Amino acid sequence: MSDPVLNIGIFAVFVVVTLLIVVRTRRRGATTADFYTAGQAFTGRQNGVAIAGDYLSAAAFLGISGAVATYGYDGFLYSIGFLVAWLIALLLVAELLRNTGRFTMADMLSFRLKPGPVRTAAALSTLMVSFFYLLAQMNGAGGLVALLLGVTGRAGQAVVVSVVGALMVLYVLIGGMKGTTWVQIVKAVLLLIGAFGMTVWVLARYGFDFSAILHAAVERGGAGGEALLGPGKQYGATGLSRVDFLSLGITLVLGTAGLPHVLMRFYTVPDSGAARRSVAWAIGLIGVFLLFTLVLGYGAGALVGPEKIANSPGKANSAIPLLAQTLGGPVLLGLIAAVAFATILAVVAGLTITASASFAHDLYAGVLRRKNPPDAKSEVRVARWAAVAIGLVAIAGGIVTNGQNVAFLVSLAFAVAASANLPAILYSLFWRRFTTQGALWSIYGGLVVTVGLIIFSPVVSGTPTSIFPAAHFDWFPLANPGLVAIPLSFLLGYLGTILSTSPSDPHKHSELEVRALTGIGTTPERPS
Amino acid sequence: MASTDEIAAESATDWDRVRSGPEFIELKRRLRRFVVPVTAGFLGWYVVFVLLADFAHGFMATKLFGNVNVGLVLGILQFVSTFVITGLYLRYAAKRLDPLAERIRAEHERTSR
Repeated sequence: MSDPVLNIGIFAVFVVVTLLIVVRTRRRGATTADFYTAGQAFTGRQNGVAIAGDYLSAAAFLGISGAVATYGYDGFLYSIGFLVAWLIALLLVAELLRNTGRFTMADMLSFRLKPGPVRTAAALSTLMVSFFYLLAQMNGAGGLVALLLGVTGRAGQAVVVSVVGALMVLYVLIGGMKGTTWVQIVKAVLLLIGAFGMTVWVLARYGFDFSAILHAAVERGGAGGEALLGPGKQYGATGLSRVDFLSLGITLVLGTAGLPHVLMRFYTVPDSGAARRSVAWAIGLIGVFLLFTLVLGYGAGALVGPEKIANSPGKANSAIPLLAQTLGGPVLLGLIAAVAFATILAVVAGLTITASASFAHDLYAGVLRRKNPPDAKSEVRVARWAAVAIGLVAIAGGIVTNGQNVAFLVSLAFAVAASANLPAILYSLFWRRFTTQGALWSIYGGLVVTVGLIIFSPVVSGTPTSIFPAAHFDWFPLANPGLVAIPLSFLLGYLGTILSTSPSDPHKHSELEVRALTGIGTTPERPS
Repeated sequence: MASTDEIAAESATDWDRVRSGPEFIELKRRLRRFVVPVTAGFLGWYVVFVLLADFAHGFMATKLFGNVNVGLVLGILQFVSTFVITGLYLRYAAKRLDPLAERIRAEHERTSR
């Protein structure tokens, strides 16, 4: 359906341009602040665009519009959770975290809790979330090339996954956080322009009458067409599937503000005011983008038709590429394919730098070498090697899982972020009595419960679409564990705290609270 | 590591005293007065919306004008409320929080020098 040479050509231009930017903007210094947070030198607006670039993955672009095209209104429901979630980051997390840490979530936690154990716990959960998310992205890259470049052989897809992995490591090694951020900014701008252009095009086809697009989508949908407009086509089948959707909705809203690669972005700006402005910019851009996907989804339903989408190799994920081809032929398809690819690249680079920072800063410097802290140069060296190792693991994972449906990994990443990270962050900031034991119980408890429930869910066994369709150990009925795991982690944090034998240090909490709210001692230029 | 040095250098500050000072108490009160009700509000409104989409299919599918139904309008209103809350918070923080935080910070720098 596409012209592979054209698609690869456009994508190659993106790679060359971003690599040039990464090389041009690289910082010569080897300090940890340079590598992890670009010297905290980004403005709120730049960082906001980068957050949008980090957050709007291929799943958001292709997945949500595909879901709208196939399931109608139920696809739109994802968008709302994805957006509303940012209010938690804006009101409760971004500024306070910026004021009390330097590089990672564990910085804030270890402020008033025992640094060794909480750094270990926070680093493990960060690495888990990053790994799940990364695996989903790499797996998606394999599927996407099958769709866009016509590379259907397993060997060919393995090559593409390796190229994506190698490029992401290259961005991180050469550019550190600064280069990675610029890749995300460029990608976010391209993605927004691409989605905006297609949206206007679709609207113009129907005289800028959204109701007319809906009408056309209903007509095209045939017998199930009318159901596209209301909720329930995907999740409304049984009482259980409805509970599952409720669980997903809660996970999306509470997970975003605990995603480690999102949290790390709050540290790339000089102060909490800039962190606030970045989230505000991100909310605006992400919101507008998600409204585009609504139009594009129904537009694809109307102009391409659900039947053709369902019969194409990428199923729902091919709705947007097919729509691009219908509207603008191979050139628009090539542009949109390159944007989708750039999206994967930018997101995986962001995940890689987050995971490598957590490994080097929390585990290596904060725990393993706690007695004899390494200098900045060797910590950055460890971070670089960690990035290489993460890249290799991600490539291997992407190749091994190629062809399997691992979309659940994204919601699993959100569920771990919501249950292992968010309770510890909120308790630590807002609860004076919170103790180390409470943090450990909620982080490890959240991790174990979430992953455990997924293993015993229909995602892994018991149904024809499971990973092991023949086996039956699916005694937990929901595919989304959040509804159980998130309250349980909050409860564990509470119980761990009140059952602690060593009480929390109220003076350390005073310091944390004063710093969090006023920003005393955060501005790097200010002598302390 | 710079962060530990920084913290060590400033540990002479009496954080409990700053925390119990009238300006800090006022800053905390102002932050909570905005954040607590607004967070409860937007989370509640989101959960109501999800429950409606989940269990009130007939209501959500009621057409209002053209092919636009209640569900779509409520969904768009979720976007609108998110944008509005963001705008209100930016204004509130700039007017009511930042000047106070800046005063406490300046006072701290003056006394710790």
